[in-house]
Amino acid sequence: MPPHMPDMTAMPPRPNRPVYLDNQATTPLDPRVWQAMVPFFTEHFGNPHSAEHAMGRFAEEAVETARGHVAALIGAEPREIILTSGATEANNLAIKGAARFAAARGSERRRVVTVATEHKCVLESVADLAAEGFEPVVLPVRTDGLLDLDTVAAALDDRTLLISVMAVNNEIGVTQDLAAIGRMARAKGVLFHSDAAQGAGKIPLDVAETGVDLLSISGHKLYGPKGIGALYVRRRPRARIAPLFSGGGQERGLRSGTLAPPLVVGFGEACRIAAAEMLLDAGRIADQRDRFLDRLTRDVPGIVVNADRTRRIPGNLNLTFPAARAADLMQALPELCVSTGSACSSAEVEPSYVLRAIGVPDEAAARTLRVGLGRFTSPADVDYAAAALAAAHGALAAKAA
Amino acid sequence: MIYLDANATEPLRPEARAAVLAALDLVGNPSSVHGAGRAARRVLEDSRESVAARFGAAPADVVFTAGGTEANAAAIHGLGRGRRVIAGATEHDAVLRAADTPLLLPVDHDGIADLSALERMLADGPPPLVCLMAANNETGAVQPVAEAAALCRAHGALLHVDAVQAAGRIPFDLRAAGADSAALSAHKLGGPKGAGAILLRPGLHLPALVAGGGQERGRRGGTESLPAIAGFAAAAHAAGDASALAELRDAAEAACVAAGAIVVGGAAPRLPNTTCLALPGVRADTQVIALDLAGIAVSAGAACSSGKVARSRVIDAMGLSDLAGCAIRVSLPWNATASDIAAFTEAYARMAARLRSSALAEG
Repeated sequence: MPPHMPDMTAMPPRPNRPVYLDNQATTPLDPRVWQAMVPFFTEHFGNPHSAEHAMGRFAEEAVETARGHVAALIGAEPREIILTSGATEANNLAIKGAARFAAARGSERRRVVTVATEHKCVLESVADLAAEGFEPVVLPVRTDGLLDLDTVAAALDDRTLLISVMAVNNEIGVTQDLAAIGRMARAKGVLFHSDAAQGAGKIPLDVAETGVDLLSISGHKLYGPKGIGALYVRRRPRARIAPLFSGGGQERGLRSGTLAPPLVVGFGEACRIAAAEMLLDAGRIADQRDRFLDRLTRDVPGIVVNADRTRRIPGNLNLTFPAARAADLMQALPELCVSTGSACSSAEVEPSYVLRAIGVPDEAAARTLRVGLGRFTSPADVDYAAAALAAAHGALAAKAA
Repeated sequence: MIYLDANATEPLRPEARAAVLAALDLVGNPSSVHGAGRAARRVLEDSRESVAARFGAAPADVVFTAGGTEANAAAIHGLGRGRRVIAGATEHDAVLRAADTPLLLPVDHDGIADLSALERMLADGPPPLVCLMAANNETGAVQPVAEAAALCRAHGALLHVDAVQAAGRIPFDLRAAGADSAALSAHKLGGPKGAGAILLRPGLHLPALVAGGGQERGRRGGTESLPAIAGFAAAAHAAGDASALAELRDAAEAACVAAGAIVVGGAAPRLPNTTCLALPGVRADTQVIALDLAGIAVSAGAACSSGKVARSRVIDAMGLSDLAGCAIRVSLPWNATASDIAAFTEAYARMAARLRSSALAEG
């Protein structure tokens, strides 16, 4: 045994396939989604914008049915759904598009407000706007990861153009109170955008109830394909945005480019399934999470669950281990897919800015893992993960002592 | 249904289908460091190398996008910052609408860019970004990209090439062309929809149009669409020389001319799969509908924005205004057969005889 490896004698038997507990990075494709989308890769290859011939029209109809499923998931109308290549593009489109449209229309409002724990693409979109004469404001969160509504209220006034608050955090899983923020934004005439990449299909999100004007969804975070997402753009009262780029004028001129019917159909099917099964999923996933956490807290005393314990999606745990580095745990358990933070920045050595924002010291952040459970997580998966993490942690701690 | 609308989208190649299906089985996010993520990353980087090698760029200079429109937009927004933009008069809307007010480079009656005009425009002001498509989507006209690149270099200008229609049909190589950037689309070369790429000259910095996440070396945020990208690379590899299609295209053209058609831009070097056929006096949408009812899919121009059939801006720019409202585009997919062409020419002749006689009666 190489000297740097912990003693694995106490390890549970290795599974015959990797155990995937990184469902905030991406979710496996639901087999039903696969089935719906594959014919559009293979047989029905028409361009949905070629309405002049039958193959184009067939693709167009499939796209519109899928758009209806996406809309239904969030209580929107199909024509309020702008299909994009993913949530990153949707977030860029919402934030830059709303700011640029308002400025071009002579609006005096220049302040664009967001939150320290947002996804990088939201923070970067907001920061990019500074070069265009806008005033970025980044709000702090409490140590439980939630926004203080008084802080939000103080940031909303007649200079504020837009506030962007994520529905569910990708690292710590907490759910923000969108409805309360929506009411405050509406009262101040501020546009409200929410990055719901981690929330859509996981928790009930209704555009009327939350009061969002703009809402981003991702396909591959709800068991759909990568490369597809959507931006909800409210019609009444109308949220106006400028496109990020122009071209053929598809998607009401807000997002040019040939739509990819297989991806759109897969996304639609994923949304349809999520709408029907969200609550079943949530219950089952919460059971697995509790089973996992019970075992882990029993075998690893001193483990800490970061951020609020109740206002969160069931499929996420952000755990600080008492005595081993996260990178070492991951290296010791190659068949276990967990992460140290968001996938985008997972190659970075910098500690997670989300953990910093909730007051986790860098030294503790280095001992922190994100565990993401999902629709296809089995009891055997969590049993293995808990036992393997506990054993590896014990071995690493013993070596360090 | 006989499909002759390849310039709108190509049928998926079997190699691309296999690659898409294999990649659909990968669970991981290519940015994740665990095993599942690394497996996805491997497919992503193999795809990048394959696209790079096929079109004359270094792997590090390939930026994957959601498609050709985004690739054109991102390149032009990024490289055109602070520069004036000159664009060919027959460029795709994705190019023309990516710049605020591009100066239009005129083309001749065959749709070929006027290089002496380009030289005058280059000399008349600070170094611009020039956009010249490798091949036109409506007529197939192949532009003198390498000559334009030499002129651009001499004047310190940048050259962006929309190679969406050319790549995979005629040889296209960024390095050999001497261009600074190029846009590619997967589904125009037999790959899936939902993937494209920007190719960059080594060392050329491209600011992100879609920010965040740090993917694609900070030049394009968002989790990469792995199955579409894998299919793109496989299709690019499989798409060789389409010159065999030229024979079928020429046969179709000859038969249609005999039935009264005029070939638009026929004297220019063209893509082997494309012909633009005008039937004087007969509206293009009438022709397209008649052929659709006969089970043949063609188009009246670019397949964009909700299929509205308008006059062809491209043919107008070629100075052939009389034909701009009555030309259809016939574009052969990679798997077109002689019997497809026979069925098309027969339907075309029948349609031409019927519609021309009624057009004459009305006229």
